[in-house]
Amino acid sequence: MNRANTLRVTTPNDLEVVMEREFNAPRVLVWRAMTAPALIRRWMFSPPGWTMTTCEEDVRVGGSFHWAWSGPDGAQVMVMRGTYREVAPPERLVRTERFEMGCGPDMPEQVCTLTLAEHSGSGGSRTLLTLRVRFPSKEARDAMVCAGMEQGVSAGYDRLEEMLAKGEVDAR
Amino acid sequence: MVDNDRGNRILNHMVLDQSPTLDRVFHALAHPARRTILRRLTAGERNLTELGARLRMSFPAVSKHVRVLERAKLVRRRVVGRQHLCRIEGRPLARAEAWLEGYRQVWEAKFQALDLLLDEMKREEAGRERGH
Repeated sequence: MNRANTLRVTTPNDLEVVMEREFNAPRVLVWRAMTAPALIRRWMFSPPGWTMTTCEEDVRVGGSFHWAWSGPDGAQVMVMRGTYREVAPPERLVRTERFEMGCGPDMPEQVCTLTLAEHSGSGGSRTLLTLRVRFPSKEARDAMVCAGMEQGVSAGYDRLEEMLAKGEVDAR
Repeated sequence: MVDNDRGNRILNHMVLDQSPTLDRVFHALAHPARRTILRRLTAGERNLTELGARLRMSFPAVSKHVRVLERAKLVRRRVVGRQHLCRIEGRPLARAEAWLEGYRQVWEAKFQALDLLLDEMKREEAGRERGH
């Protein structure tokens, strides 16, 4: 993998999380991979133990999207849905997003803006993806990042086990 | 998930940086009991017996977890008489790294899968063009 294609995550202000990532592909392809359900399913990993059960997209202004996952025991359900506000293929997409957890209060609505900027590189067209997520409050944003932290920790277990095997971490 | 907004606010005031302490931080955060301990401590200093009672753990068991957190520099312990008082470590860098780094890793995994998908799509496009 190209080393330059590393994800940068920043919090430029109290309400936003911004992700930037380069891809070695023209933006029409990135756009398609991010808007066609059959393609979304291939890269939108579920949290460990969860399965994506629904992926519906109606990518036009006023159209909605609906993603759902079922949990390890089959009883828990997690839903993310929202409405498209701006659709300008293949460069800009704005939509509202709301997480619904089976238990507990739903998360407040966030606004997600995707921009794809294409430029030419040595190996052909490249695309800079910027994903800007704006939360209604700082608390909501921080809670979401913390949830990501716990997921990231789970995803990092393999690496941890490797370290334990090598004796880099005291396993007591 | 998150049960303490104040903790989040504290975490957010920290500066992001890269350093080898991250592995220790991730190891420390990889256990649910240690995450619970950290959340408890975002409310202030607690003694070890109190933390153990909350977690229904023996003193040695909770002490072991706190030791892992201490090694990651996430928690500092001071012994006053027979009390072991724990608080979140004032040096905040390690926690800030973990805070965004976990989020980044989750998305980076997705984007790496997207890289593979895009390579495949590019090959298909090229094949289609040759077919014409």
